[in-house]
Amino acid sequence: MVVDLTKMKTGESGVVARLEGGRGFLARLQNLGIRPGKKITKVSGHFWRGPVTVQVGGTNAAIGFGMASRVMVEIEER
Amino acid sequence: MTEIKKILLMGNPNVGKSAVFSRLTGARVIISNYPGTTVEFMQGYMKIADTRPAVIDVPGTYSLQPTSRAEEVAVKMLEQGDVVVNIVDATNLERNLYLTLQLLQRHIPMVVALNMWDDTKHKGIGIDLKQLEEILGVPVVPTCGLTGEGIKQLIERIPQACSPKKAPCSAEKCWEEIGVIIQQVQKLSHRHHTLLERLEDLTIKPFWGHLFAALVVFISFWIIRFVGEGLINIVFDPFFENLWLPLMNRLSAFLGSAGLIHHILIGGLVKGEIDFGISFGLLTTGLYVPLGMVLPYIFSFYLVLGLWEDFGYLPRFAVLMDNLMHHIGLHGYATIPMILGLGCNVPGALATRLLEERREKFIAATLMAIAVPCMAQIAMIVGLVGARGGQYLGIVFGTLFLVLVIKGLILNKFLRGRSPEILVEIPRYRFPQALAVFKKLTMRVLTFLKEALPYVLLGILFVNLLHALKIIDFLSRIFSPILQNIWGLPREAISALIVGFLRKDVAIGMLGPLNLATKQLVIGSIILAIYFPCVATFVVLLKELGLKDMLKSALLMVLTAIIVGGLLNLLLQF
Repeated sequence: MVVDLTKMKTGESGVVARLEGGRGFLARLQNLGIRPGKKITKVSGHFWRGPVTVQVGGTNAAIGFGMASRVMVEIEER
Repeated sequence: MTEIKKILLMGNPNVGKSAVFSRLTGARVIISNYPGTTVEFMQGYMKIADTRPAVIDVPGTYSLQPTSRAEEVAVKMLEQGDVVVNIVDATNLERNLYLTLQLLQRHIPMVVALNMWDDTKHKGIGIDLKQLEEILGVPVVPTCGLTGEGIKQLIERIPQACSPKKAPCSAEKCWEEIGVIIQQVQKLSHRHHTLLERLEDLTIKPFWGHLFAALVVFISFWIIRFVGEGLINIVFDPFFENLWLPLMNRLSAFLGSAGLIHHILIGGLVKGEIDFGISFGLLTTGLYVPLGMVLPYIFSFYLVLGLWEDFGYLPRFAVLMDNLMHHIGLHGYATIPMILGLGCNVPGALATRLLEERREKFIAATLMAIAVPCMAQIAMIVGLVGARGGQYLGIVFGTLFLVLVIKGLILNKFLRGRSPEILVEIPRYRFPQALAVFKKLTMRVLTFLKEALPYVLLGILFVNLLHALKIIDFLSRIFSPILQNIWGLPREAISALIVGFLRKDVAIGMLGPLNLATKQLVIGSIILAIYFPCVATFVVLLKELGLKDMLKSALLMVLTAIIVGGLLNLLLQF
């Protein structure tokens, strides 16, 4: 099942399936190690469409809600 | 190989470039645990054999395709280097190697420093150095910038820097290649989460994070006050009262208690005596303001800030503030220039480079200049206004906060465009090291003394001269409609506004001798905070924003000062 980052549960892990956006968006996420095929864990989400924080590889990162909704992650059925 | 003249330290943000820089050159630079500490390149010199090449600490960048102003600076620097020392976070090898590969494609001789090497052990990360060196084709040296381990070996190997022929590859191909490298050189062993890592996760969660943030703000505030007041009561006041005052009394008597020189050095006597707050001579108020009133708070503020910076808390606080900051047209990371601005607006203004877009930078810089008073100013307000009662301090800082919020809401509504979202790396927590915290604190306190003292003395000299030449009289008559009718201040307050261009702390201090009513003192302090930045901040803002935006920003400041001062004059009843 593929969902975007904002719809993942806190603590849930998955594999990045694709990034939906332009080259700049892709580049900035890749800079932080977020790219297709990488294991990603959602550490927290914040209310009122706040940023999502994730862990990828050795990196922790905060991603604004809008951008997070364009990061598609393959997770196990729940 | 030709002589090495310029060495560039390059790497991802927050991998410890500044720490290595400081080890290589002995230069003192600010080192903190958050991405974007260095926004401007720093230059120092090191020694290799008998040459003294320049070393440049380049702002962190993830790739050679810049995504912010700080990164642009980094990429531009690349053309000037003879050798690149690529600083890599050893605990995050995969992500860091992307820049390494891009640098290799530029055919500049390079050495790789695997920094934070000490952390790999307890993180269960094993890296095969020999093999990595073989694959990359350049020297690889494990280092630890904070402790200095491996720096000697790094220096020895800089002359061996080389540039293997590396063909350019697309982003996907590069990442594929990195994947293969990682499989060959890196081994991970399982280990349990440490307590610190649990805290990392907890303090970024909505509920516990905000609770922790409130606690951090409260504790910081309390320590800053406790240490600041303590220093004043135990060290500085006794010094000025018991040692300096008798000396000044003698000098005053020697000078005949009057005359021009007496006026400049000692200032005016209050009921026949020197009053450090009011006399306004170079050796009395000129030293008492920066040393006796401001320095203790500069010390305590930077002590606390340094601890949180090194711990790695600032970016987490920024993420938690993200939601609120969006309402004022900024994203969470803009809290970092604001927090730095509380110490001094100059580094705050420089840190607006962390923000991606012009609109954001304009909003952040304008809001900071208007509503974030620097510690020097805060200390003076606390000293002067606080003496009339704590509730008045609440009014001053409450008003400034309200101005920040309202101004932000307005700017966000009326400026075209939208501000971008936050996207930032959150560093791991580290226990601050006493020596590093102390070094940074000393540096900042010395910077304050070096930058502030001359301006304070100049400001006081300047205003004494303007008084003597009757220029203040003249200006006070011109500006009396605004001062008296709108703000309800005596027209002599113009001298404070004039000095405020030079130093805000002295300006607040100048309200002292005017015998103001409490309401006037409150309004005066707020106006001095809002109306214009001090010259040092102004110069940086002009450089960062450009002339056009700076003029717009300045106009907003003056208008805000007039409106807010006028409103307070109407509304406040005491």
